[in-house]
Amino acid sequence: MKYALTCIVCPLGCVIEVEIKNGEIISVANYKCPRGKEWAIEEILSPVRPFMSVVRVIGGIFPVVSVKSTGPVPKENMKDLTKLLSNVVLQAPVPAGTVVLHNPMGLKVDIVTTRDA
Amino acid sequence: MIYDVVVIGGGPAGLAAAIKAHEEGGKVLILEQAEYLGGILQQCIHPGFGIHYLGEDLTGPEFASLFIEKVRSLNIPYILSAHVMKIEIMLPLAKKIQLIAPKGTKDIETKAIVYTAGAREKHGFEIGITGDRVSGIYTAGEAQSLMDLYGVMPGKRVLIVGSGDVGLIMARRLSLEGARVVGVVELMPYPGGLARNLVILRDFNIPLYLSHRVLEVHGRGRVERVKMARVNSKGKTIPGTERWIECDTLLISAGLVPDVRVLESLGIRIDPSTGGPVVNEFLETTAPGVFVAGNSLVINDLVDYAVEQGERAGMQAVRYAKNGGLPSMNWIPVEKGGNVRCVIPHYINGENEVILYLRARKPVKDATLVTGKKMHKIPVVTPAEMLRVKIKKEDITRPFKVEVSP
Amino acid sequence: MSIRVTIVGGGIVGASIARVLSRYENLKVHIIEKMSDVGWGVSKANTALIHGGYDDDPQKYPLRASLCVKGNRLWQKWVKDLEIPHVWSGALIIALQNEDIKHLSTLLERGIRNGVPEMRLVEKEELQALQPGIASEATGALYVPTVGQIASPRATVAIIENAVKNGVKIHLETEVQGIKVSDGEVKGIQTPRGFMESDVVINAAGLYADEISRMVGLDYFTLRPRKGEYLIYRHGIPGPTRVLFPTPTPKSKGIIVTTEVGGHLMIGPNAQDMERDEKDNLATTEEGLKEVLQGARKLWPGIPDRGVIRTFAGLRPEPPNGDFIIRAEEVWGFINVAGIRSPGLTSAPAIGYFVRDILRRDLGLKLVPKRRWYPRRRDITRIAAIPDAQRDRKIRARSEYGQVICRCNHITKGEILDAVERMKYINVKTPSIDSVKFRTGATSGECQGSFCMVRIAMLLAQEYGVPLWNVTLKGPGSELGIGDINSLRREKK
Repeated sequence: MKYALTCIVCPLGCVIEVEIKNGEIISVANYKCPRGKEWAIEEILSPVRPFMSVVRVIGGIFPVVSVKSTGPVPKENMKDLTKLLSNVVLQAPVPAGTVVLHNPMGLKVDIVTTRDA
Repeated sequence: MIYDVVVIGGGPAGLAAAIKAHEEGGKVLILEQAEYLGGILQQCIHPGFGIHYLGEDLTGPEFASLFIEKVRSLNIPYILSAHVMKIEIMLPLAKKIQLIAPKGTKDIETKAIVYTAGAREKHGFEIGITGDRVSGIYTAGEAQSLMDLYGVMPGKRVLIVGSGDVGLIMARRLSLEGARVVGVVELMPYPGGLARNLVILRDFNIPLYLSHRVLEVHGRGRVERVKMARVNSKGKTIPGTERWIECDTLLISAGLVPDVRVLESLGIRIDPSTGGPVVNEFLETTAPGVFVAGNSLVINDLVDYAVEQGERAGMQAVRYAKNGGLPSMNWIPVEKGGNVRCVIPHYINGENEVILYLRARKPVKDATLVTGKKMHKIPVVTPAEMLRVKIKKEDITRPFKVEVSP
Repeated sequence: MSIRVTIVGGGIVGASIARVLSRYENLKVHIIEKMSDVGWGVSKANTALIHGGYDDDPQKYPLRASLCVKGNRLWQKWVKDLEIPHVWSGALIIALQNEDIKHLSTLLERGIRNGVPEMRLVEKEELQALQPGIASEATGALYVPTVGQIASPRATVAIIENAVKNGVKIHLETEVQGIKVSDGEVKGIQTPRGFMESDVVINAAGLYADEISRMVGLDYFTLRPRKGEYLIYRHGIPGPTRVLFPTPTPKSKGIIVTTEVGGHLMIGPNAQDMERDEKDNLATTEEGLKEVLQGARKLWPGIPDRGVIRTFAGLRPEPPNGDFIIRAEEVWGFINVAGIRSPGLTSAPAIGYFVRDILRRDLGLKLVPKRRWYPRRRDITRIAAIPDAQRDRKIRARSEYGQVICRCNHITKGEILDAVERMKYINVKTPSIDSVKFRTGATSGECQGSFCMVRIAMLLAQEYGVPLWNVTLKGPGSELGIGDINSLRREKK
């Protein structure tokens, strides 16, 4: 299986080609720097993304408060994270930085609020 | 009470301007239209803010709070829900701002103004979408505020017009919360957003329709389907390529327009290529002592630039107030050469280092940015990414022309 | 004994009839309207002109010819009594070709016959002075000083509020399912909310008046929708100081150019005949808008390519013979007020009196004037438009008047709350953005609500006690959202 990924490490936007077989990388081509190669490999094997959402809050400035993960989370877990958060309702006041979920699904990140509510 | 500097707009550019003006010894007041400080950042809950300015990657509300806390700790006064009705320039050092605010109608007197009221979004009528006027048609920012300030899910199947960053970021937010984004429609033959945001399309399996435009909306109470078609190189619809896409929501992310109506009514000159005012390197408009920064000046892709402009305008506004005006200069116009859509500032004086912000018309690989006699090699130039370049005093020529060439 | 009168249709015509009939002690007047607010049908989207009355041939269209001139005169009083935003700008009917001039003389004669005051022909030189910016091809014009413009959706609201104040009952979101007739007399109206006994039924159902008429077995006319499209431009794009018409054709008054009451350049309409089943087709079309722009530029060449902030379409109910159908039918107590096409808005107040006369003359009803009838209605105070000192007083009394929500038109939270109060006063059940828009002007500026729509929705949600996502754009079926932010992710139980 061959993947063509537009690199986002720098504005150059190399289209890096990665070939994998049985879950193992066979070749990486068309990259111009080692950071790009590293990125492409990670993007194929274990892509991670920043995560952001909102959580309902009662009595706050707005009906919801924004949250984020303290570090990137695996792409495949994002949907389940929003499902977890859909059952959370906070009670104001909630200062920014409050931990809403601690180490959810063992992802080794916290979900914290990013504005006051 | 006569202020040195009144900042109109308490978003990132305005807060940065106010802090800078205060630090430079000015008597400062911030006027904010909304019920809270921070401007549009409060609804931009994604990361990507402050990478250049702070060397740190923050979400919009977090980035805003740094500035808001600073404003509070410095005791810089601000008025919320303050709507500017009119600005009058009586004398170069006497400006009157007429306000509607919850405490009453107020006339505020100041020596200088920094205008940082931001931008507004182009809506569907402005980009020629016809058909039914139904619920489910939102600008990206409207949907963003519905979702991320007010906690409302706007729809289930969403078509997005415009592949700029705002559109892509909303594609991610909608997908994360369980909606299906059925496509992103882009008029140009290339995407409008930053590379790091284009990944969103792949992540959520969203088709990108380049060289396409949305023509028509059909629905009774709510959007039911949307007609789109391919366009030729001039942006004209190619007959026979029309097709209907089923969706319940149409998100318009067709770009921003600097919100400068108050400035226009002062007779300030506007640059049609930016939609913002014509400025000199102090970010002063054609009305002496009226400065502008952030998205009211030019649509920035990074908050970092808006802040940088705010600081500059704030500093110069204090200088204007303290010295009774800025010295008149022998201004050199910044001329737009090939492949330059817009450039800020419009005039420089050749006696200081300046920062130019510019945008290309077309994408170029292995480009050379020519500024005066200086050449800068840039691997990739795209209209999506604003170029920011520092020009040393000794590299400023007369005349001074800026060009992006292959 | 009191007489129960039910008016079908809460548009400008139904509202005007209700207001006139609200003067009488022995009439119990009800209005039923299927939409969730008044004035949302034909009355919502039109050119908003108070015509002079020169255009309607008294031989062919006797009702139009006489009611238009009378209506114009009545409006001059009604806009003052009801505080309806208006401007008496006058109109110029422009000749672009030599044969047009001949046609203008005919219009002048017809106007004089119809009783239109103060009209005169204007030669090229004077025309250019009267209206700088006009096409240089214009060779002359007919000047009609009595032409005016009003904020038309707001007019319906104003009239209804005044009618309700004078005892008229209004039933929104109430559709007519059938009309009961027995022994050749109207008995009442069947609605999903119950049967409404009525001695008199006045059919002012706009585009649907033919269908209502059929319910009592009268099918001698059908109405065809005729679509007109419009464009509105941002502030700063100059419009004319007078309403500019081309020389009319037999079908329509043509594409006009005007500065509407809100101060924006507005052009339109074209005239497109639609099928009978397209009475809800309010879609704008690319071709139609192009046609409007081309037509308007013939009179006003300076219209730029950019700067459109709004496009919309309206439908007019076109009667078979071109004239209004206003008469007591052989079914006793049933009065048709149908086919009220242009100049329907202008004629509306006069139609009100005309229908009153039908009650007296044709139905032989003796109407007893009320001892106390309230002629006036106060508009919502426009904070941005009042003098500084007065504004300051208002804000100090209620701080919401100092909180601008609609930036483009400077409309405050206080005005929006006032609008909500007015909505509740006439029993609007479903909170909608359009109800606020047509009472305050909020969301109708350059940004078309992208700054303020959500905040207005939030106020409506609070005041109506509904979740924000259930607030609508324009009534049931146009809700702003599908649920709370988690609604698609939450596990279904």
